Amino acid sequence: MVHVSGGWSELADFTGGVTEFEVTADTVGRLYRALDDQFPGLGEFVQERMALAIDGEIHQNAFAERLRSDAEVFLIPKIGGG
Amino acid sequence: MTDTLDRPATTPELKVVGTRPIRPDGVDKVTGRAQYGADLAMAGQLHGSILRSPHAHARIVSIDTKKARALPGVKAVVTGADFPDLGDVMHDGGEGVNNLGYVSNNVMAKSKVLYDGHALAAVAALSPAIAEAALDLIEVKYEVLPHVINVDAAMAPGAPQIHEDMTYEGQPSNIAKRYQFGRGDLDVAFASADVIVEGEYTTEPVHQGYIEPHACVCSVGADGRADIWASSQGAFMVRSMSALVAGMPVSNVRVTPAEIGGGFGGKTVVYLEPVALLLSKMAGAPVKMVMSREEVFRATGPTSGSSMKVRLGAKFDGTLVAADVDMKFQAGAFPGSPVSAACMTVLSCYDLPTMRVVGWDVVTNSPKVAAYRAPGAPIGAFAVESAMDDLALKLGLDPIALREKNAARDGTVAAYGATLQNIGYVETLEAVRDHPNLQAKLGPNQGRGVAVGFWFNFGGESSASIHLGDDGSATVATASPDIGGSRASMAMMAAETLGVSVDKIRPIVADTASIGHSMVTGGSRTTFATGMAVIQATEKAIEELKRRAAMTWDVPAETVEWKAGAAHCLDVKGEAKSLTLDQLAAAAGKTGGSIGAEVTLTAQGAGPGFAVHVCDVEVDPETGAVTVLRYTAGQDVGRAIHPAYVEGQIQGGAVQGIGWALNEEYVFDSKGKMENAGFLDYRVPVASDLPMIDTVMVEVPNPKHPFGVKGVGEVPIVPPLAALANAVRAATGVRINALPLSPPRIRAAVDAAKA
Repeated sequence: MVHVSGGWSELADFTGGVTEFEVTADTVGRLYRALDDQFPGLGEFVQERMALAIDGEIHQNAFAERLRSDAEVFLIPKIGGG
Repeated sequence: MTDTLDRPATTPELKVVGTRPIRPDGVDKVTGRAQYGADLAMAGQLHGSILRSPHAHARIVSIDTKKARALPGVKAVVTGADFPDLGDVMHDGGEGVNNLGYVSNNVMAKSKVLYDGHALAAVAALSPAIAEAALDLIEVKYEVLPHVINVDAAMAPGAPQIHEDMTYEGQPSNIAKRYQFGRGDLDVAFASADVIVEGEYTTEPVHQGYIEPHACVCSVGADGRADIWASSQGAFMVRSMSALVAGMPVSNVRVTPAEIGGGFGGKTVVYLEPVALLLSKMAGAPVKMVMSREEVFRATGPTSGSSMKVRLGAKFDGTLVAADVDMKFQAGAFPGSPVSAACMTVLSCYDLPTMRVVGWDVVTNSPKVAAYRAPGAPIGAFAVESAMDDLALKLGLDPIALREKNAARDGTVAAYGATLQNIGYVETLEAVRDHPNLQAKLGPNQGRGVAVGFWFNFGGESSASIHLGDDGSATVATASPDIGGSRASMAMMAAETLGVSVDKIRPIVADTASIGHSMVTGGSRTTFATGMAVIQATEKAIEELKRRAAMTWDVPAETVEWKAGAAHCLDVKGEAKSLTLDQLAAAAGKTGGSIGAEVTLTAQGAGPGFAVHVCDVEVDPETGAVTVLRYTAGQDVGRAIHPAYVEGQIQGGAVQGIGWALNEEYVFDSKGKMENAGFLDYRVPVASDLPMIDTVMVEVPNPKHPFGVKGVGEVPIVPPLAALANAVRAATGVRINALPLSPPRIRAAVDAAKA
């Protein structure tokens, strides 16, 4: 199972305050769907607004990125710059 | 610049990367041949001007444009009513998702003006003078409303409500969003601390201060197809945002990037282009618009002013055990301050077991903030690095040693969740600690300040193409505007990959009809992400060159090797054969046609940047004026493709940070009008104000990039604010928690301390 952590307060609107949970997904695209299944609207929100730290490495707009079966995913705001 | 090869002996295989060739855009820029946004002139073009609000907050009761329209020479007039209502449509353009309703309302006010300088009407006329005269004829009735600019005041109960529909926890509010994250039990951790330091800090809005004001020319044809020539950080961003705000199909708009005279994040948004599009469409003629410096200050994005609290807990040996940070950022008139990035970066230099970070995004009656170099990070670092300095003082520890003791290292889980890998932070601390500048003796009224900084860097979507000419030269095209030397680095990476000298490569920035989509030049991503696209496109071209050579020799392609700018193989008789790039390119028409390749990718794996700055200052006890005596800026740069450009990025970031620390601020009068909208009164540092900024480049390569690149452009602006503040504290013995450290403020603080 992929372990998902999302300590950011804005995620609580979807998760009701749950900050750690597990889903089954082998790509980032499937992770979005799994998030939506578990917490409706979360997958779409994450896809649009969030970046992912997958096993510690930041990914942004990485729909096709593969996930290990026991990957650690941390949801963080998208990163921009100047 | 010289042609010196200074690549370390550890990487002798690199022939081009790490050298300092003359920049490909240099001659045009110093001779005036480069075409910036304001330089383009089209036959029959009109001149556009914008009417701006004189009020910080007012309801627009009515706008009467009849007299302006009747003025001879006026060809079109637009107001907010001419722009489509985009509601809360979200669009992924620029650097992320934008609320198009906010973007449109910022481009042209609809029912209310929300800051001094907010656009509310525009005119296109035969000359700038006629356009300005027409603006005077537009009659606007305002209902002036109470305004609020200070972030703490904007959050206070009873503050003027800027957006009627904005609520926080069910109540009308100017708080657009609250962020929070953390780990561990703060109470327990602080209870275990031997020493606790805390402070409250404020900063003021500051502008990116790019030398070139915003400018564009837009031409809409009778068939609805449009061209935009504009200076920006991303032509694709300009295309989609301008088209959507103006209510035109994106596919109808082509954007050609002009040369850009600085952006620093401030040109990742649109202001003039949608207006010029509509004016041109109405008038049936090209429309040119150029902002004055006053307009740039009053109507384009500065970065946030802030109000922050920091509490740090540590053991007697300096080990940090807890951090609690609260940051309130001005967003300006619409939501979207960089406070979330500040939250993520503010503690990322440290290996901290327990922390809480809270950020507040607060709307205010001031220009909507825009990105500014490592957005949000310098502000947060000012607070935390000032507190770290106090902690070092309280513990009697060397400030660099304190940071080394608590430094993030490979494997550290950063505050925001990523596990740091292949970082060169400790190496940078060590390199700066050993710099000769730190041995310099300090005199009376002099002090030394240390501060560190972190910036993520990121990758993102980039496109690049390479096309070989029949003389063996190559044109490398990208869609990344060249702000900090990207044409040089793209040419160098292509040359290194191809195995030829860099002068055989001509790098260009292409228009939106000629290259695949790319994100803006920003986030320290271009050399990393666009560079990766250039390398991959070059590798594809090399594969085709090898195939052509194999065809020529009638051997299997896999037996052909590419080395030093030529194809090599052993033929069936065992004889060595080679064909140079020049030979293969010259014969391309006979072997299948011109050779080229294009690659579009979304780059992942950007390595984060760490910076360590040390500043020596002298404070004049009579005037409070600060003189910067020495400045040492160290940084993990991954691998410097063109070291002179990297040094320039480090020096530029440090200098902008010095200006932010010492002089720069938006000054508003009691009615919310900006009082210093010009470079005479908004004081940016100039060369004569500064010593040489001594750079220390530490190279810990990023394994996710073929040449080890990490972004370098942003992190150098993160430490200077605190480095200056800490140096002033050391020189005066007084901690000043508010920026800028202007002479009157320093005098007042020193006098108060004496009293």
